[in-house]
Amino acid sequence: MKRTDREKELSRRTISRRALVFGTMQLGLASGMLWRLRDMQLNQSEQFRLLAEENRINLRLLPPIRGLILDRNGVILAGNEQNYRVVIKRDDAGDIDLVLSRLAQLIPLTEEDIERARRDMLRNRPFVPVTVAERLSWEEISRVAANAPALPGVTPEMGMSRHYPLRADTAHVVGYVGPVSERDLEALDSPDPVLFIPRFQIGKSGVERMQEDRLRGRAGSQRVEVNSVGRVMRELDRVEGTPGSNVHLTIDARLQNFALERLKGQSAAAVVMDVSNGDILALASGPSFDPNLFVRGISSRDFNELLNNDYRPLVNKTVQGMYPPGSTFKMVTALAALDAGVTDGRETVFCPGHMDISGHRFHCWRRGGHGRVGMVSALSESCDVYFYEMSQRCGIDKINEMSTRLGLGIRYDLPITSVAAGLNPTRDWKQANRGAAWRVGDTVNASIGQGFVLTTPLQLAVMTARLATNKAVLPRLVRDPLDRGNQELAQLDLRPEWLRLIRQGMNQTVNDRRGTAYSSRVVADGQVMAGKTGTSQVFSISRAERESGIRRQEQLPWNRRNHALFVNYAPLDNPRIAVSVVVEHGGGGSSAAAPIGRDIMLAALNEGMPPLSAYPAPQRNRIQFELDEMRERLHRPEDLRLSRA
Amino acid sequence: MSYLEYNTRQMPAGLRKVLYLNWPLVALLIMVACYGFVMLYSIAGGSLTPWAEPQMKRFGIGLVLMFVVAFTPLWFWRSIAGLAYIITLLLLLGVEFFGTVGMGAKRWLVIGPLRLQPSELAKITTIMALAVYYDWLDLKKVSHPLAVIGATLIALVPVLLVLRQPDLGTAMLIAAGGGVVVFAAGVHWGYFAALIGSAIAVVTAVLQSRGTEWQLLKDYQYRRIDAFLDPTLDPLGAGYHINQSMIALGSGGWSGRGFMEGTQARLNFLPEKHTDFIFTTLAEEFGFVGASSLLLLYLMICALCLLTVLRTTNRFGALLVMGVVGNFFLYFAVNMAMVMGLAPVVGVPLPMVSYGGSAMMVLLIGFGLVQSAHIHRARLPS
Repeated sequence: MKRTDREKELSRRTISRRALVFGTMQLGLASGMLWRLRDMQLNQSEQFRLLAEENRINLRLLPPIRGLILDRNGVILAGNEQNYRVVIKRDDAGDIDLVLSRLAQLIPLTEEDIERARRDMLRNRPFVPVTVAERLSWEEISRVAANAPALPGVTPEMGMSRHYPLRADTAHVVGYVGPVSERDLEALDSPDPVLFIPRFQIGKSGVERMQEDRLRGRAGSQRVEVNSVGRVMRELDRVEGTPGSNVHLTIDARLQNFALERLKGQSAAAVVMDVSNGDILALASGPSFDPNLFVRGISSRDFNELLNNDYRPLVNKTVQGMYPPGSTFKMVTALAALDAGVTDGRETVFCPGHMDISGHRFHCWRRGGHGRVGMVSALSESCDVYFYEMSQRCGIDKINEMSTRLGLGIRYDLPITSVAAGLNPTRDWKQANRGAAWRVGDTVNASIGQGFVLTTPLQLAVMTARLATNKAVLPRLVRDPLDRGNQELAQLDLRPEWLRLIRQGMNQTVNDRRGTAYSSRVVADGQVMAGKTGTSQVFSISRAERESGIRRQEQLPWNRRNHALFVNYAPLDNPRIAVSVVVEHGGGGSSAAAPIGRDIMLAALNEGMPPLSAYPAPQRNRIQFELDEMRERLHRPEDLRLSRA
Repeated sequence: MSYLEYNTRQMPAGLRKVLYLNWPLVALLIMVACYGFVMLYSIAGGSLTPWAEPQMKRFGIGLVLMFVVAFTPLWFWRSIAGLAYIITLLLLLGVEFFGTVGMGAKRWLVIGPLRLQPSELAKITTIMALAVYYDWLDLKKVSHPLAVIGATLIALVPVLLVLRQPDLGTAMLIAAGGGVVVFAAGVHWGYFAALIGSAIAVVTAVLQSRGTEWQLLKDYQYRRIDAFLDPTLDPLGAGYHINQSMIALGSGGWSGRGFMEGTQARLNFLPEKHTDFIFTTLAEEFGFVGASSLLLLYLMICALCLLTVLRTTNRFGALLVMGVVGNFFLYFAVNMAMVMGLAPVVGVPLPMVSYGGSAMMVLLIGFGLVQSAHIHRARLPS
């Protein structure tokens, strides 16, 4: 519309005025923003910069490589294996269920695995990688990698995991590792931060647990720059950790393998010891189990199977199993009598097959009796009456003292779990634990290793080594690599003439026609052994059973039969090796335990395999068959991987 | 203004128009755009692709477009204002019925090879329509209630159509541009007092309606409001953007962390770092110096435009420029306030700097109109 000049002027004025008002408002608002900028960027910038650094820098622990556990020759008993695993990140995956179901078509995944992965993912922040499957083969991992486009958020990764290449062989000695539990953490005052790394594993039993500090090493750390979804962009700096130290055991992997195979089918234990320094060459407890199952996380079905097995595979019978030593204890009683001076060892005692003591009849194992026996023949023929007599003369205190001197009833400090002390019964012990005074019958029972006496196979091996050397042999399981020499062993100071009698008795046990282990003798030169059988009663055959016709051990149910024991050392003239064998409910020591002790001894003396020539000629055909069959089951030499170090 | 008023003796014509162009304004616009190129180059990790190069090309095209608009006589723009406004409304309705959906909103209209965003167009045409309206209206009737209702309708129809898409940011800018024109035209103060009063009432209503059947905003918009009121409430959720933005901005300090050294942007802690949050990256990498200098450049652009307003007697031209300035000011003010944590997160980019073609085109067309008003201004009798 046409406007007058006055109107134009009015319009111009109004607009100018309002433009200036508007401009002032703009200036005000802009000043406000400038003030805010100044406040944030100049006054609070330090604080914000700190927040930005926190955002971008992430400290990560680098788990150390666990030390190896090696046998005496450097064979790997516990090693680390590279394993491939698949991890998944929630925020990259999108539809978790879809991705997991696709993954299940490529690699074996159980419902349990999928459920666990989903739970882990929901529990963690979305960018935290969660392991779905571990220990995949190269083939499986390549399948995952090849299908990566269809699997958003899934990455194949490589990690280290514990592996026991000899599987069941050293399960009881080496033990196994497992994930850190709440209980493990509570037990520590200031837990190593490395324990909080998800899926970090620590020793749960055996050497793995007892030598944890040496094996674990120290964690390194890595500062990385991460982006907003937690992905690592670059490494800023890195402090390398220290790998764990290797632990060298005294165990000989081949001998251990042989011993365990020799025990197959029995619930039994065998200990092989180098008598010169106490090195434990084999510590076999059969049946054993595969420790790799525990590393992977054992299924409850497998675990229950192990737990409910009558032969108790989870128990390390060599150090945990406590057995009445039976006749293998007779050396202790004999030495106690000699030490007490109640016999010169040459006098004879008449054995009519039994002895009546304070109104109770104690039987000899041979009902008909042994006739007149001296100390040597009492040992070799295992006459009970002789020791009933000697124990009454010297008393329990002397027996107890000698037992301790020979290494029984002592808890040895070995780096394995649950080492038992056994039991050397004393008068005080009985008063305290049974609330009754010691009676002469208790002494008589103890004299033949029955009654309250309990020993472990390890202790029996120590005893045998001490008898063979007259030195205070101490068992040793870990070799300090710096100290390869023999440990200084204290003298036992048993009189040589006493030991001559004992050793003669043990010699005749094996090598005399009337000895209880004559059928297990060794004929090879320089490998002849001495030993002692033992049969310890677990239950006596009841009157009712006797009346129903049960006379022999084989007729009883397995778990009521006697334990069979055998201890031996060899070579006779210059002992190197001591062996003890316990076969739970094996029946008789001479029939069940002695052949095992002989074979293990021969394997120890001959680097892994007994030579056929060491056996008496008439037995060779049968033994050859047995050995050939066993050789099939043993590890081949190439299975024993040596550590490069 | 009509052709009859066009005084050939006072108005520059032909190539002489180039001399009368507001060159300082052109220079300032180029400088601001350069800030954008530098930041887009930095955010891409030192690369012209994918953002800096297309942005430069668009800016070049936009600049040409601005000159074309600037040299076109102002009366032409006045005469097509009404038509442009009606076409815009039709396009907005078209979006309503045939629009394509992207990012949770219906904003684009695809006609053959063209992808139009009519809401951007509405920013300009609404201003033009209101400027024509007040140029036509009798000065004495400016504050008449009916006249005010008429102006409100002109502004409100496109605002409501854009709100329905929904695009809160653009709707606000259209309303702001329109509001400034109405304000400059001389409508009585009382109306603005009433408007502010009712705005408070609306805010209350919006907040009250949450969770009821007649909820006025989308849930995500409410969450943004919550996050604005207390960003630390949910640092990984709705407050995440504001928190990270403030960390980046604050950590810049006096002179910044250096070109291409901003960790927050480079490591993706910043959302939308090349569009809505580009100012944060600038503040992080160039610090207070970089951020405040950009703010000053913006203010100088506003000042130059206001100077044009003061120097013209042409009512249409003055109101048009006021509208463009109002729109432009609110544009960068809302964006900056948002990244500084002074305003809720609404999807408003930083004008001339953020990556995005159509928004920059529309801005440059707007400044073309400012230039046209400048060149073709009715000069004061000296």
